[in-house]
Amino acid sequence: MLREIRPAIVLLLVLTAITGLAYPLAMTAIAGAIFPAQAQGSLIERGGKVVGSALIGQEFKDDKYFHGRPSATLAPDPNDSTKMVPAPYNAANSGGSNLGPTSKALADRLKEDVDKLKAENPNAVVPVDLVTTSASGLDPDISPEAAQFQVPRVAKARNMPEHTLKQLVASATQGRLLGLLGEPRVNVLALNLALDRVAAK
Amino acid sequence: MTVIGWFQIILFCAIIIALTRPLGWYMTRVFNGERTFLSPVLRPIEAGIYWLSGVDEKREQHWLTYTVAMLLFHVGGFLVIYGVMRLQAILPFNPAGQSAAAEDLSFNTAISFITNTNWQNYGGESTLSYLVQMLGLTHQNFLSAATGIALAVALIRGFSRASMRTVGNFWVDVTRCTLYVLLPICVVYCLFLVSQGMPQTLGGYVEATTLEGAKQTIAVGPVASQVAIKMLGTNGGGFFNANAAHPFENPTALSNFVQMLSIFTLGAALTNVFGRMVGNQRQGWAILSVMGVLFVAGVAVTYWAEASGTSTMHTLGLTGGNMEGKEVRFGIVASSLFAVITTAASCGAVNAMHDSFTALGGMIPLINMQLGEIIIGGVGAGLYGMLLFVVLAIFVAGLMVGRTPEYVGKKIEAREVKMAMLAILVLPLMYLGWTAVGVVYPTAVASMANAGPHGFSEVLYAFTSQTANNGSAFAGLTGNIPFYNLTGASAMFVGRFFMIIPAMAIAGSLAAKKSIPPSAGTFPTTGGLFVGLVVGVILIIGGLTFFPALALGPIVEHLAMNAGQIF
Repeated sequence: MLREIRPAIVLLLVLTAITGLAYPLAMTAIAGAIFPAQAQGSLIERGGKVVGSALIGQEFKDDKYFHGRPSATLAPDPNDSTKMVPAPYNAANSGGSNLGPTSKALADRLKEDVDKLKAENPNAVVPVDLVTTSASGLDPDISPEAAQFQVPRVAKARNMPEHTLKQLVASATQGRLLGLLGEPRVNVLALNLALDRVAAK
Repeated sequence: MTVIGWFQIILFCAIIIALTRPLGWYMTRVFNGERTFLSPVLRPIEAGIYWLSGVDEKREQHWLTYTVAMLLFHVGGFLVIYGVMRLQAILPFNPAGQSAAAEDLSFNTAISFITNTNWQNYGGESTLSYLVQMLGLTHQNFLSAATGIALAVALIRGFSRASMRTVGNFWVDVTRCTLYVLLPICVVYCLFLVSQGMPQTLGGYVEATTLEGAKQTIAVGPVASQVAIKMLGTNGGGFFNANAAHPFENPTALSNFVQMLSIFTLGAALTNVFGRMVGNQRQGWAILSVMGVLFVAGVAVTYWAEASGTSTMHTLGLTGGNMEGKEVRFGIVASSLFAVITTAASCGAVNAMHDSFTALGGMIPLINMQLGEIIIGGVGAGLYGMLLFVVLAIFVAGLMVGRTPEYVGKKIEAREVKMAMLAILVLPLMYLGWTAVGVVYPTAVASMANAGPHGFSEVLYAFTSQTANNGSAFAGLTGNIPFYNLTGASAMFVGRFFMIIPAMAIAGSLAAKKSIPPSAGTFPTTGGLFVGLVVGVILIIGGLTFFPALALGPIVEHLAMNAGQIF
C-alpha cells in the first residue's frame, strides 16, 4: 500500500498541471486566435463604445424599444451588502426566480404582468414568454409572437408605421436550426439596434 | 407536445445509439492497453508520466489496492481544491478580486468535485476566481470522471476475467482515460463551443453601457474549456450560477444539442465496452435497452407535464407551456429533454430551473436520481450502478427457478448479492434520513424558497441530488449555509464511496471465480425477458423505497395544483 503514495502525489500534480493549467491556457490561446470575437464574449460596439453582448440580454423599459422577458436576477443592496435586491439583467449574477408551480408569489406576479400587457395591447393574446422569467435572467431572446405583440406600442412611441416594424421583426426572426433544433426567436438587442438604425434614417 | 419536439427527441436517441459502437470499440482498446491512432503523440507523454510517478504499468492491483489508490488520489484532489479556494484572494488569475471562500463552502465544494457531484453552493461568477475555476474545478472535472470510468472498467474486468486476483492498475487506467479519451475530445469540443459563442478568455469582466444608458457588468472567463469536460465527464458544475441556462454557457440550440449528446456518449459507450470485454456485445445492448426504456418513459412524462403548463397559467389564458425558468432558445422540449438527461446521467448541469418545473415534470428528475442514476448514469458510475441492479435481478430470477444464478459466465453468490444490496440501501438512508432532519431543523426550514409541498420537494431534491452525486438543484433553496454545506458533504461522500467500495468488492470476488460455459439451463441475459426483469426489479425496489417521500412532495403538489390551491 505504501508504494501507492508516490504515484498518488506525483500523478495528481502532473495531471493537475495538464488538465488544470496547460489545457485551459492552451485553449484560451487557440480560441483567441481562431474565434477572437466569440472568445471575448461576442461584444457589440456602437460608436466605439461597448453597448453589450450579442448573447446577453439587457433591460429595456422605454416604450420606444422592444422589451425582453422579465428577469429575476439580484444584486447586493447598495445600502446593506448582506441583502440581495432585484436587479434585472445583472450579468454578474445570473439566476432564475425558482418559484414553483403552486407559488402564490408567482401567481400574483403573472396576473399583474398579464393585466399590464392586456392594457397595452388588448387585441392580441399575451405570449407566455413575455410574463415568465428566464432561467438565467439574461435571456437575450423573445419569441416572434412576443415581438409582434409589442409592435403597436413601439410604433406609437416612435411615430413609425406598424408595417415597417413588422418587417423589422420578421427580418430579425431566427428560425430553427435545419428546421428542427431549438425554437424560433428574436434577439432583442439586435432588433433594437436595427430599430435605432432605421429610425435614424 | 409537438411533432417537431418528438423529432428532436428521436434524433437525440438515434445519434447516441450510433455513437455507442465506435466509441465502445475505441475505449476498449484504450483500457486493454492497445495502440490507438493517438498513440504516436500521446504514448511518450504517458510513458513520461509513469516514469515520473514511479508506476509500473505491467503490475496489476488487487481490488483492495486499486480502491486504496483511488481513495489516496481523492484525498490529494480534495486538498488542492480546498487550498485554492481558501487562498484565491492572494493567488493569480483573479481579475474580479474575489475574496477567500468560507471554510464550510470550500469544504462542501471540495467534496462535491472529488465525488463528481459538482453541487453548486458557490455562485461561479460571484464567488470564484479564474484560478479556482481552472486549477480547482476543471482539473477535478477530468479526474473524477476518469476515476468513475476506471472503476467501471475494473468491475467489467471482474466479470470478464477468470481465476485472477487482480482487476487492473488504477494509475494506468486513470492516466489512459484522461490522455486518450477525455482530453482529445475536450480539445475539439471546446473549440466547437467557442465557435458557438462561448467565451474563453482570461480578461476581466466587461463593462457595457446599454442602449438605455445603464451600466451592465458582463461576467466572462475561461468558460468553454471547463464546460467541455463538465458535460463530457457528467460533472455538471457550472462556470456561472445559472449553469447551462446562461447564454454564455450554452449560447445556441446547436450547442445545447451537442451538450446533451456529450452527457450521454461516454456512459452509453461503456455498455458496449462491457459487452466487448465479456465477449458478447449483445450483453451490452441488453443493458443499454434497460436504460433506454426507463429514459424514454421519463422524457415522455416530463415533456407532457411541461407542455401542459400550470393551472395558474391556464386561468390567465397563457398558452405555450410552462416557460417560467426556461430560455426562449431552448423552449419546452429542449428544456424537458435536458432535465431528464442530466438527472438520468449524474451530470447535474441545468438549462432550465428545475425548481420552477411543474410538480410532475420535476418529479421525473427526482426519480431518476433516486434510482441511483443508472440510466446511462455518471461516466462509469452509471454502469457499475446498473450492474448492481443486474446482480439483484439475476438473483431474483435464480430464486424463481431454483438454480444458482449466473451472469456472463460468473456464479452470483451470497457475497455479491449482499454487497449489491449494501450499495443500493445506503443511498436512501442518506437522502431520506437527511431530508427528515432538514424538514424539522429550523435553520434548514428557513432556507426553503417555496411554501407548501414544494418546499419539501426542494429539501428532498437537495439531498437526493447530492447523495446521487448529481449536483442539479431546486435552486430556490438557500444551500450555502453551514447546515446544508456539512450535511450535503456527508451525503455526497457516502453516496459516492459506499457505492464504489461494495462494487469493487464484487469486482474482486468475481475476478477470482472460474468462468462457466453457458448451458441449456442458463438464463439468457440478452433478450427482452431479461430487459423486462431488470426494469421491473429497478422499479419495484425504487418504488418501495421512495414512493412515500414522493407522495409528500410532487404528488400532493400536483393534486393541489389541479384543485386550484396555491401556497
